[in-house]
Amino acid sequence: MVRYISERLVYMLITLLLIATMTFFLMKLLPGTPLSAADKLSEEQQAIVLEKYGLNDPLPVQYFNYIAGLFQGDLGLSFQFDNREVTTILLERMGPSMTLGAQSLILGTIIGMLLGLIAAIYHNGVVDYGSTLIAVIGKSIPSFVFAGILQFYLGVQWGLFPVALWEGWEYTVLPTIALAIFPIAIAARYMRTEMLEVLGSDFITTARAKGVNRFGVVFKHGLRNAMIPLVTIIGPLAVSLMTGTLVIENIFSVPGIGEQFVKSINTNDYPIIMGTTLFFSFLFILIILIIDLLYGLIDPRIRLTEGD
Amino acid sequence: MENLLEVNNLHVSFDTYGGEVKAVRGVDFSVKKGETLAIVGESGSGKSVTTKALMGLIPQPPGRIKEGEILFEGKDLAKMKDKELANIRGKDIAMIFQDPMTSLNPTMKVGNQIMEGLIKHQKKSKSEAKERALELLKLVGIPNPEERIKQYPHQFSGGMRQRVVIAIALACNPKLLLADEPTTALDVTIQAQILEVMKDIQKEMDSGIVFITHDLGVVANVADRVAVMYAGKIVEIGKVDDIFYNPKHPYTWGLLGSMPSLESTEDELYAIPGSPPDLLNPPKGDAFAPRSDHAMKIDFEQEPPMFKVTEDHYAATWLLHEHAPHTEPPKSVQARMKGMASGSSEGDRK
Amino acid sequence: MENHKPSKDLFVPVDREAEEQHEIGRPSLSFWKDSMLRLRKNKAAMIGLVLLIIIAFMAIFGPYMNEYTANEQDLSQAKVPAKVEGLGWLGLDGTLSQIEEGETVEAAREDALARFSNDEENTEINVLNDGSDGSQARVEAIHDPYAAKDINNNFWFGTDGLGRDQWTRVWEGTRISLYIALLAAAIDMVIGVAYGGISAYYGGRVDNYMQRFIEIITGIPNLVVVVLMILIMDPGILSITIALVITGWIPMARIVRGQVLKLKNQEFVLASQTLGSSDGRVIRKHLVPNVTGLIIINTMFTIPSAIFFEAFLSFIGLGLPTPTASLGTLIDEGFKSLQIYPFILFWPALVLSALMIAFNVLADGLRDAFDPKMRE
Repeated sequence: MVRYISERLVYMLITLLLIATMTFFLMKLLPGTPLSAADKLSEEQQAIVLEKYGLNDPLPVQYFNYIAGLFQGDLGLSFQFDNREVTTILLERMGPSMTLGAQSLILGTIIGMLLGLIAAIYHNGVVDYGSTLIAVIGKSIPSFVFAGILQFYLGVQWGLFPVALWEGWEYTVLPTIALAIFPIAIAARYMRTEMLEVLGSDFITTARAKGVNRFGVVFKHGLRNAMIPLVTIIGPLAVSLMTGTLVIENIFSVPGIGEQFVKSINTNDYPIIMGTTLFFSFLFILIILIIDLLYGLIDPRIRLTEGD
Repeated sequence: MENLLEVNNLHVSFDTYGGEVKAVRGVDFSVKKGETLAIVGESGSGKSVTTKALMGLIPQPPGRIKEGEILFEGKDLAKMKDKELANIRGKDIAMIFQDPMTSLNPTMKVGNQIMEGLIKHQKKSKSEAKERALELLKLVGIPNPEERIKQYPHQFSGGMRQRVVIAIALACNPKLLLADEPTTALDVTIQAQILEVMKDIQKEMDSGIVFITHDLGVVANVADRVAVMYAGKIVEIGKVDDIFYNPKHPYTWGLLGSMPSLESTEDELYAIPGSPPDLLNPPKGDAFAPRSDHAMKIDFEQEPPMFKVTEDHYAATWLLHEHAPHTEPPKSVQARMKGMASGSSEGDRK
Repeated sequence: MENHKPSKDLFVPVDREAEEQHEIGRPSLSFWKDSMLRLRKNKAAMIGLVLLIIIAFMAIFGPYMNEYTANEQDLSQAKVPAKVEGLGWLGLDGTLSQIEEGETVEAAREDALARFSNDEENTEINVLNDGSDGSQARVEAIHDPYAAKDINNNFWFGTDGLGRDQWTRVWEGTRISLYIALLAAAIDMVIGVAYGGISAYYGGRVDNYMQRFIEIITGIPNLVVVVLMILIMDPGILSITIALVITGWIPMARIVRGQVLKLKNQEFVLASQTLGSSDGRVIRKHLVPNVTGLIIINTMFTIPSAIFFEAFLSFIGLGLPTPTASLGTLIDEGFKSLQIYPFILFWPALVLSALMIAFNVLADGLRDAFDPKMRE
């Protein structure tokens, strides 16, 4: 197990390095320097600025400095916010993004699982069709359309929740709901399929033949077996939420990483784009790793084959 | 002796995409205490569906018991609600399943799977149930039960898993045991061991057994009586000797003829031509007629009733009608019958 | 059993050979016919298909159904809601309404009128509750911007902030969104099938290298790749399509590889090879038919996700440059005035949602239809 984890960590590092290298050189291809924002500088001032960003060095040196900086958690300096470090900006903005992401992921998977579970138990009933409908709609309609609906009705028309900014828990309600709908839909569908498959398997018949009642069959025998494969979708869901936060944070003016990222794209603030990209990649790879390990932990079959 | 189980005119159907599949079409049989009834037949003949129906384990929908009674100790299981049935399942009637690889919950420790029924039906405490589970594992011949009880199914071999499945079935000393091809998925050597375990336990607990198989060798080994099923019906039923030495239905002849034996001098085994009928549209008359060498005109027009051969031997074939021409079983089957009569000592069963 | 005395002449042996033709087999349907039959029975999928045909039809012909063009601006006609002759009962009467509460009827009336820049002439006031029972007074103001702006013709989906006809823009946007999505899905399919097929068919070291490559690429979130690609290339239909394709082909390659590997070792393929079939024949007769279903299903799922990504990119400012309309840019524009003129967002959001639902439902239906596990 230890060997497996360390092997995975090495792979993770290699992938991150590759991404860093790729982003670095792609960014170098792009037009624009920190100067494009400030045009009215004298030659000397320009030289000072270029020096500060290390842009006078030859490319390999710049690359080496960048990678070396990465290992110390230094992602460079922002073009826009003059002296500020990208790392500091990201850390500052991590809070709201993480809150939104975690809330919608947890809320979404739990509600989705319950919905899927009920649908599987009352297979082909009204609840089943209802939850299938919710799943199709939730999976199809983009979160930013939902955000619009929520903002307009719950926010503007009925005034139940604030429609923008980040000043307390009530500000998290609408963006969380908008983001949670996709996980709800996916988890519900997945749970329903898995549960139906598990309920149709031989060991469920064995349990019924033992005299275990409906409740016991579903919760003692079915649930755990259905939930094991469900763990695998949490990774992709978390990743989709990362995409979602970009638009949702913008719509609701949440001061998170996503909002900053979009702003930076529109102002060509490459160090922040690079930093966020790396940060997203890091998060992505980390989530996939955690999910893999988690999977091994819950499924006794995997756990023990690893130990053998 | 009184019947432990009596099945009368049982019909089971499945509503599928293509229409109603009549899987069981009017089955009657009974089982006494301490008796083993074997149900034999090809795959798809309705054997498994019949036993599952006895315990109310047919998935509904698409399946349903259309008609008939299942009298267990005088109570009709077919009319019981699932809740009432749950109190009988595992306690009075238990079932051993065919595939040991899929019949156990992969994420539950083996011990807990055995203890589950005990805690439910006998209101045992956890430690009492564990005691009994250890006892059961020993009974079915699993070494190191103390250690095995804490393991998961994937740590067991196929044969060992089947023993666990049997231990689960035996946990509450059931009065009736339904065994659905319990040895089909196992090696021959392990098969013999498992059969011995079952026989020992039957002797000890005096339970009735319904044993489903398509392996006539196993039937000869375990059964007191045999019911032959074809296309959702019992076509011949009788004592094991009646079926092996005096079979009357052409399908039974076919089954016996297709069984390899050491005494057999013939080069080729007999194969029944054709394939079983589509139960979506069961044929008119005798369902076996299209595959029978001895089919008569009437077989395509009317369904044969159960003709009585002796007190406990019945067969559903028009060949037993007074007007029918005298027909002998094919040579190969006759030879086999003789071979069995001379070669085996299985005849001196109780 | 009804007749226990059957006549004697029925007891005559029959020749089995003669009777064999009586055996009724179930009519054997080909895989495709069977799948299509099942698809046709799936109501949701059929609704999806019809919806899709309607949307596709409108995307092609919709913009030509009235006299406006997509980029023709007229600020004097800006921000009017949808008005369709004869569909007033559906709310498409070209009016806006506002309900206000206040201490007195007069106060509520003033608030409501303020919403429409105190244009009393073209605003009708209905008192819903005069507050005489002690509760808040409620007043509904119905404003007719068509009258206020002196517009004599109808805009079926209303106009946007620059007075452009939303009907024309929405359908042109749908066309571009569909075009990008179909193009991306088609390229994904070609690359994915070729990559997966080659990887699996040749196996061994080729397969090994090709799979390592995929593993590294999938380590990078596709969001990151897409954003970087668009930043480097100038935004436009082609660059968006390329950005979508760069990561989009991977699932297809995986699915095709998995299926081909599975089939390659299956007995009927081995049997066919043993019997001397050529590689070409094996691929044509066994691999292609068995993989086609999966390819279709996967492509059907790729299209909506490409539509989504295009809209998403437009939304974060990486989409098509103005004034080109796509569903994403239209929605982005709609958001800018969501609080006062929600109808500008409504129509493109509705069409996008309908399109996504239609594709997803149809894809689900196809998957169920092709899934051999469902066959009975």
